[in-house]
Amino acid sequence: MGFEYAPAPESRSVVDIKSSYGLFINGEFVDGSGKAFKSISPSTEEVLAEVAEADDHDVDQAVKAARRAYNRVWSRMSGAERGKYLFRIARIIQERSRELAVLESIDNGKPIKESRDVDIPTAAAHFFYYAGWADKLEYAGYGPDPQPMGVAGQVIPWNFPFLMLAWKIAPALACGNTVVLKPAETTPLTALLFAEICQQADLPPGVVNILTGAGATGQAIVSHDDVDKVAFTGSTDVGRAIAKAVAGSRKKVTLELGGKAANIVFDDAPVDQAVEGIVNGIFFNQGHVCCAGSRLLVQESVAEEVLAKLKRRMSTLRVGDPLDKNTDIGAINSAEQLAKIRELSDIGEAEGAGRWSPKCDLPDHGFWFPPTIFTGVTAAHRIAREEIFGPVLSVITFRTPKEAVEKANNTPYGLSAGIWSDKGSRTLWMASQLRAGVVWSNTFNRFDPASPFGGYKESGYGREGGRHGLEGYLK
Amino acid sequence: MTVTSSTASFLADATSSDAALRRFLHGLPGVDQVGAEQRAAGLGTRSIKTSAKEFAIDLAIRMVDLTTLEGADTPGKVRALSTKAMHPDPADPTCPSTAAVCVYPDMVPFAKETLSHAGGTSGVHIAAVATAFPSGRAALDIKLADVQDAVEAGADEIDMVIDRGAFLSGRYLEVYEEIVAVREAVGDAHLKVIFETGELQTYDNVRRASWLAMMAGGHFIKTSTGKIQPAATLPVTLVMLEAVRDFREVTGQMVGVKPAGGIRSSKDAIKYLVMVNEVAGPDWLDPDWFRFGASTLLNDLLMQRTKMQTGRYSGPDYFTLD
Repeated sequence: MGFEYAPAPESRSVVDIKSSYGLFINGEFVDGSGKAFKSISPSTEEVLAEVAEADDHDVDQAVKAARRAYNRVWSRMSGAERGKYLFRIARIIQERSRELAVLESIDNGKPIKESRDVDIPTAAAHFFYYAGWADKLEYAGYGPDPQPMGVAGQVIPWNFPFLMLAWKIAPALACGNTVVLKPAETTPLTALLFAEICQQADLPPGVVNILTGAGATGQAIVSHDDVDKVAFTGSTDVGRAIAKAVAGSRKKVTLELGGKAANIVFDDAPVDQAVEGIVNGIFFNQGHVCCAGSRLLVQESVAEEVLAKLKRRMSTLRVGDPLDKNTDIGAINSAEQLAKIRELSDIGEAEGAGRWSPKCDLPDHGFWFPPTIFTGVTAAHRIAREEIFGPVLSVITFRTPKEAVEKANNTPYGLSAGIWSDKGSRTLWMASQLRAGVVWSNTFNRFDPASPFGGYKESGYGREGGRHGLEGYLK
Repeated sequence: MTVTSSTASFLADATSSDAALRRFLHGLPGVDQVGAEQRAAGLGTRSIKTSAKEFAIDLAIRMVDLTTLEGADTPGKVRALSTKAMHPDPADPTCPSTAAVCVYPDMVPFAKETLSHAGGTSGVHIAAVATAFPSGRAALDIKLADVQDAVEAGADEIDMVIDRGAFLSGRYLEVYEEIVAVREAVGDAHLKVIFETGELQTYDNVRRASWLAMMAGGHFIKTSTGKIQPAATLPVTLVMLEAVRDFREVTGQMVGVKPAGGIRSSKDAIKYLVMVNEVAGPDWLDPDWFRFGASTLLNDLLMQRTKMQTGRYSGPDYFTLD
């Protein structure tokens, strides 16, 4: 008998999913006027809840509530008082972290070890961090008396539903703005739990409004006349449409879009840690990460060794039930996303790249894709250029640091990059040459609220996190 | 790399001179401290429950080198320890025995007496620390005499310490040749090479020491004497497990790993087993290839074992002291 890990499922009893949810407007849950839709669990396809859809009228109500709260309460409150609310929210997130983590894993499909150890703690850290800024804005470097923008319309994606909510709401509120936020249609549940947390924290009504719905709802929010600031995280296509929609208006916009990051491994890299970094770069969160290291650039002289180690490491990855504490890779978030990953992977194979996945049994129900690498990929392959947003890695080789820079930068995106080398001087030189918003050295996919995050080129504009993250919410 | 005569000669070349050995050891890939510690911590979050936990606890008991290395050791103490090694839980005959007892050379006869009194069928090995343990600060001939003494008294495993002074001053060939000499002196006994990683300090040093000891013919590489803090840690053991894994890739030979010192709870022991399983691979999940140098760990394993079987925790009074 071998060492077979017995199932170790996290209990679902800590969450209480209602059969239906309304919209959170002006501090209360109200019925939506649109056509309600269902949120399902991507790991089982079970229907979790029916969720209201906000139409133009609902959006108008929410923006009005946000405007009222802005004029009457939030913009007049001292920074120290706003900070108290944010600290309170941060503490409640910590207290209810298990509930949030389980709900996130059920609704999104990500492994509980990630929602428990990354998403929820980092979200709480974000609220703590920006709570600290609320009464220090005049020292942030944006003038002696920076003012809030007003009402922020925020649209967030499904890959890190709760963490992206924190990235959006914490700095907005700290700066004195009120918000209307739309979670993604496939992952609305933790945002709705956040609405309850706002009630629990006695946040003044209207400061945070949560509207559920799909693309039309998001469009109504960003194009509403009384929205002063638009913040979006999601695909480059939608980001482009938003940029067009708000062009010529007074609205300030920040966009955090797609990526096709290069994870660059030199021949003097700490190879075992580099392999971990490659795995973490592309298989973390099923590769549903805008800054995922989806292009492995490995120096030709060590390519064979690195790939052999990578394959061995990949065969220890555990794919399956997101609530099992030993799961490394969970479910693909939706049937639609799974179809896209399959399509691009099939194209990669048809274009002649070598496809490899470890042997792994995938569950019968739900949306699953095995961790996959493509070798022999060249810059001309579509899988080397297009964002797959799944657990699929394209392996490209290079010969010299200069060639590594050229290949890494040869993409319309520029969100992140990783450099693996024991030679500090070269790492610093590379970092100065790479056109990417975040450059990791001997690590990957590390996030901290104090560190700004954002893209070059078609990966978007504006920065979130850190002191820089305040700028988008101040004038 | 595959096993070929060229890799064999390549390893022989590496030990042909001090300069060649230095080039080889310093040419090994570096270890990033942050990354190694992150990986070890990540493996530590595995949740081992029910049947997996039962399996792991019994395996861990079978891997214990039950140890007493005190100035105050007496024949009585060693007899008690050896008896416990054979029957860790006298109330439960299904409880496996430990892998070995680990004592100073002069205590070997008393361990042997007790273990062979049982007809020699216990399967419990006798490990003796030697080579001027724990500091290793003695002349080579004295170290070899120490080894000789232990082997003649009946030890079938010798736990030697490397000369950390020579290692840290870069005299790698000296360390290598000393291990080779001890390996010759142990005869048919198995040789475990102790690095005292708490003194080597960096993971790069741990990786170099691992390769040095494996190339010199050590059967096991071992973290610590237990006399220096920190003793065994998960990241240090991670680096050593990577080394034995890579060494097999190159030479086809398996080398065992023994973390020793500071592992006191079942929970910790299970973290090590998870690491063995996922880093070196399941082939190492065997007392022939992985050991725990420990004393108090055994009773915690026994308490957890009883808890798994009865559903209740028993007090410490239900388990023997030694």
